Amino acid sequence: MGQIRLKAVSKSFGDVEVIPPLDLEIGDGEFVVFVGPSGCGKSTLLRLIAGLEDATSGCIEIDDVDATILAPAKRRLAMVFQSYALYPHMTVRANMAFPLRMAGIERDERKKKVEAAARVLNLTEYLDRRPGQLSGGQRQRVAIGRAIVREPAAFLFDEPLSNLDAALRVNMRLEISELHRNLATTMIYVTHDQVEAMTMAEKIVVLQGGRIEQVGSPLDLYHAPCNVFVAGFIGSPRMNFISGAEAARHGASTIGIRPEHLAISNEEGTWQGRVGIAEHLGSETFLHVHLAEDQGTFTVRAGGDVDLGHDETVHLTPDASRIHRFDAVGQRLA
Amino acid sequence: MPTQHSRVTARLMMTPAVLLLLGWMLVPLGLTLYFSLLRYNLLMPGMEQWTGLDNYRYFLTDPAFLDALRNTLLLVGGVLVITITGGVLLALLLDQAFWGRGIVRLLMIAPFFIMPTVSALVWKNMFMNPVTGLLAHAAKVVGLEPFDFLAVAPLFSIILMVSWQWLPFATLILLTALQSLDSEQLEASEMDGANSLDRFIFIVLPHLARAITVVILIQTIFLLSIFAEILVTTNGGPGTASTNLTFQIYALSLLQFDVGGGAAGGVIAIILANIVAIFLMRMIGRNLDA
Ligand SMILES: Nc1ncnc2c1ncn2[C@@H]1O[C@H](COP(=O)(O)OP(=O)(O)OP(=O)(O)O)[C@@H](O)[C@H]1O
Ligand SMILES: [Mg+2]
Repeated sequence: MGQIRLKAVSKSFGDVEVIPPLDLEIGDGEFVVFVGPSGCGKSTLLRLIAGLEDATSGCIEIDDVDATILAPAKRRLAMVFQSYALYPHMTVRANMAFPLRMAGIERDERKKKVEAAARVLNLTEYLDRRPGQLSGGQRQRVAIGRAIVREPAAFLFDEPLSNLDAALRVNMRLEISELHRNLATTMIYVTHDQVEAMTMAEKIVVLQGGRIEQVGSPLDLYHAPCNVFVAGFIGSPRMNFISGAEAARHGASTIGIRPEHLAISNEEGTWQGRVGIAEHLGSETFLHVHLAEDQGTFTVRAGGDVDLGHDETVHLTPDASRIHRFDAVGQRLA
Repeated sequence: MPTQHSRVTARLMMTPAVLLLLGWMLVPLGLTLYFSLLRYNLLMPGMEQWTGLDNYRYFLTDPAFLDALRNTLLLVGGVLVITITGGVLLALLLDQAFWGRGIVRLLMIAPFFIMPTVSALVWKNMFMNPVTGLLAHAAKVVGLEPFDFLAVAPLFSIILMVSWQWLPFATLILLTALQSLDSEQLEASEMDGANSLDRFIFIVLPHLARAITVVILIQTIFLLSIFAEILVTTNGGPGTASTNLTFQIYALSLLQFDVGGGAAGGVIAIILANIVAIFLMRMIGRNLDA
């Protein structure tokens, strides 16, 4: 079991309200990702759930039990920190056994559980090393192992992959997803990387300035972002926005169109522009097109074989059904 | 990578300093060794003669030697135990956020700046004096017999004074070590179910191990040669109750004017200090490896 409910939870540091009262429900076994720009309060929210910070007001329920004032250890949650927070003077084995030891579990039982977790995480040959003798990815796995052995109600991850290189990150991403599939335990995962959010989450919570902007499945957020912030944050490269007369033609004050929903042509189209930088990735090409009449720059996703050079004039046509319309305060228009 | 040429230059440049240091060390050591083999008493000038190892035999068989050895070890050990226990506790305290922390930290270091003779005299006359001392007054207030520290427990009293002096040093080193402890480790252990005692034992103490090692090594070097505190308070007495090796050598050379015996004692002290150093490095030296 691992159902977490936040009711009007808020957090202030001194006079600064970092998180205004918010409500959030996390179902048992869900993989929830908190995303948002740096400083938006993701870590703070996670630490509130973990019990490492006290909520200023509101109530946190874990499995329908009020846990607001419960000590972190009593909440049956395990956390994986960005810095891994391994105990440097203990071996990998002792690190992973530490929570069990604190819980007063027998030595044999501890050994069995640690070895089982080590097998799952491919750590068996490193059990007698110290964290200082491991690579970043291995340390990360030890930190996850230490979380697993406790069989917690939920896992909390705070940007666990941000210290790893790109290739390893992709790998660990898959491993964590795999782990979630096998354990079917609730996981809350904090990241500012929207690719991680999109690929791993069952449910994404987009935060900005401590407020929840939108909660939904990755594809919900992609197809129907509820405001300009979410529209711009989810999706890579980011959505193109245009306002003024063009938007007014669609009955909105701002319209947005994703790079992949623009057709590019040499002869004709809705908007005319000049090609600026072209980023060739092989499989696809991102073209930065400067629109005529100073309407801004659009990013266009084209095939890998487009052959358009700098300063060429091109025409862009949006997929009319994929245009997102927003009102003056940035809310989505139906 | 230094080139051949730069290495030669480096050696050349270092030579004067190395020679100076060598002379500085070797000349006194040579002279001490030389004197230790002579029968050389200032009361009988001009009568110096070669005696071989006699001085060593006299020094080692003197019953005062074993007392001095025991007192030296007790003094070093006692001060280490008090300063490290107290230092860890004070460091934990000073690491907390409380009002006026800056001032308290500043005051903490004060004892370290006071000259050993001064602090020993202050302790002797203002605190431990059985008639006028503050501790005697305090004892009388609660209805106890005043305790004559320096007469009844001279070594313990000196241990107290020296500990008071070295406590700031230990506290300061341990405090900086404590501040370098990653707070996420503490939070992780908190989530892992460790209570504050567990956290101290399993996380904080191992983290402090290296700093404690440094404190032990540095303090031992200085504590082996405690002298001023003994000279101004007990003069090594009553009897030899508070005589350590340093003081015994002083008494031999400058009170009994036995230069040869004093030199032999000095050589023995050097050997003992090295034995202690080897022991220490064996026991705790590995803490210094990264
Ligand atoms: N102990 C604290 N005291 C005062 N302000 C704090 C404290 N911790 C965090 N804050 C503030 O709260 C806000 C949210 O911080 P938080 O660490 O939750 O951001 P974040 O979303 O995790 O950012 P990042 O992606 O950079 O990790 C920030 O503006 C930060 O300055
Ligand atoms: Mg953060």
